[in-house]
Amino acid sequence: MKRLFKPGLLIPVAIIVVLAIWPLFSGNSASTREAMFTLIMSMALASSLNIILGYTGYVSFGHIVFFGIGGYAGFWAITRLGWHILPAALLGGLVAALIAWLLGLAVLRLRGAYFALATIGILEAMKALVINLDFLGGPVGMEMHFSEYKRYGGPMQSLWMVYWSMVFLAILVVVVSYFVKTSKFGLGLMAIREDEDAAEVMGVITPRAKTWAYVLSAVFPGIIGVLFFFKNGNIEPGDAFRLHFSIEWIVMIMLGGAGTVLGPVLGGGIYQWLRKTLLTSPIFKDYQLVVAGVMLLIIVLFVPTGIIGWIRTRSAKLRRVFE
Amino acid sequence: MKILEVKHVTKRFGGLTAVNDVTFDLEEGEILGLIGPNGAGKTTLFNCINGVYKPTEGQIIFRGKDITGLPTYRSAHLGLSRTHQIVRPLNELTVLENAMVGACYGRENMNLSDARKTAMEVLEFVGMADKAEVLAGVLNVAQKKRLEMARALSAKPYLLLLDEVLAGLNTAEVTAMLDTIRDIREQGVTIIMIEHIMHAVMNLSDRLIVLNYGSLIAEGTPEEVSQNPEVIEAYLGDPDLAARLLEEEKV
Repeated sequence: MKRLFKPGLLIPVAIIVVLAIWPLFSGNSASTREAMFTLIMSMALASSLNIILGYTGYVSFGHIVFFGIGGYAGFWAITRLGWHILPAALLGGLVAALIAWLLGLAVLRLRGAYFALATIGILEAMKALVINLDFLGGPVGMEMHFSEYKRYGGPMQSLWMVYWSMVFLAILVVVVSYFVKTSKFGLGLMAIREDEDAAEVMGVITPRAKTWAYVLSAVFPGIIGVLFFFKNGNIEPGDAFRLHFSIEWIVMIMLGGAGTVLGPVLGGGIYQWLRKTLLTSPIFKDYQLVVAGVMLLIIVLFVPTGIIGWIRTRSAKLRRVFE
Repeated sequence: MKILEVKHVTKRFGGLTAVNDVTFDLEEGEILGLIGPNGAGKTTLFNCINGVYKPTEGQIIFRGKDITGLPTYRSAHLGLSRTHQIVRPLNELTVLENAMVGACYGRENMNLSDARKTAMEVLEFVGMADKAEVLAGVLNVAQKKRLEMARALSAKPYLLLLDEVLAGLNTAEVTAMLDTIRDIREQGVTIIMIEHIMHAVMNLSDRLIVLNYGSLIAEGTPEEVSQNPEVIEAYLGDPDLAARLLEEEKV
């Protein structure tokens, strides 16, 4: 329990909580809520990806595949089986985890660029598969009937329920991320990141550790996918498996600092805030992806450790505050 | 008690036989020196013993258990640790964390707080305690070699494989490292060391084995091995050649 009250965990959780309650105090609560939803969702997704990318050093480029798989599984359970959103969300996470475990057996043997390429391949293959599965709606996907929201007390209540579930999940992801980082398991993952062969010689059971990291990083995007598409009211292959979202998550992680707990939270927030600002500005609205690309380039060239990584290298004292 | 038995181990890479039918035993508490010219197959033999490579033929018995072809993390759990000839620090982790990886995942499978304690003791022992909070990537070569040792020792191994821990060190550092190795033996750890610095390996080892072109060509005490004509030939060429050349000069 002592580990719960460390600044390394409290700072990112506090950031999420402050953002989460903002809509309650803002005049236009619905639009603020939507903005915050996107922000907090990005933080949770980036933090999940960080477990395999930042801690373990495996760049999962097509990580959105788990968001899509989970989303489809949950959406299917809600619309075709009439499930409640909560068990459906859990199902989404479970299916994503299971697929990650199976895929991990095959692709986690690859290293470096080969692994990254394989994950893109998986994403495209999964998209093509879903397009051809009639029970998932094929290329047009599935829609949810508006009356579905009645079950939760109407559309307004549904949106708020999804919002608070998202907030809860984001905090949970950060807690998990923190506990992984400060655990023996996490130490093994970081050893793999630095030198996989040396880690193995020191006794880290690398196949097992990598598989667990991959599964853990897939579970939350799976759950989040269900919440997102439930809120959306429809799901289609193009939205569920969009490669450039995956790449945006990587930009968020790199911006905040890969392999840190706070980094993806900070990076996710800053990136989405910037994107929103650009999208609503008359000059930049068509160039927001260009800005993201330039940003990634600048980070990789000049601050490869990201904001938090950079701060952490400044002094050992700061290293204890920012995990 | 025999801690390690290497039986007829052969390792081939395609047409190249890197290790050829090598057989030797190791008693507990011994320091065994493994010498031979460059490319003789010394590191490959280490890799076969700790499971980085699976031997093409032969058997490795460690503390009575057949470990041939087991993954290297399994042999680490059983108490077999090693250092690398080309140092492999975990750059972005601190020196302490590097040693903790060894302790956490080594023979005793410690939890984090025990591992931190053990790692700190070991760093004290190898003289790196003041560097505990430094990132491993910024160390110099001598310090990285000591870090390799600290990592291996944190695992509390029964058998330690040292792959050229003296290479690249200056005279003072070599002397300090030799003392450390003697201290390790005092703690009851059995050691096999690959070394090119002859005076060091002759001094430290209870027994030497010599590899040349993958085959074991001599075995015995340092004195015996240094008198062995085959060994002298392997290192210096034909020992009689100089004498014969002198003879020819006269004529």
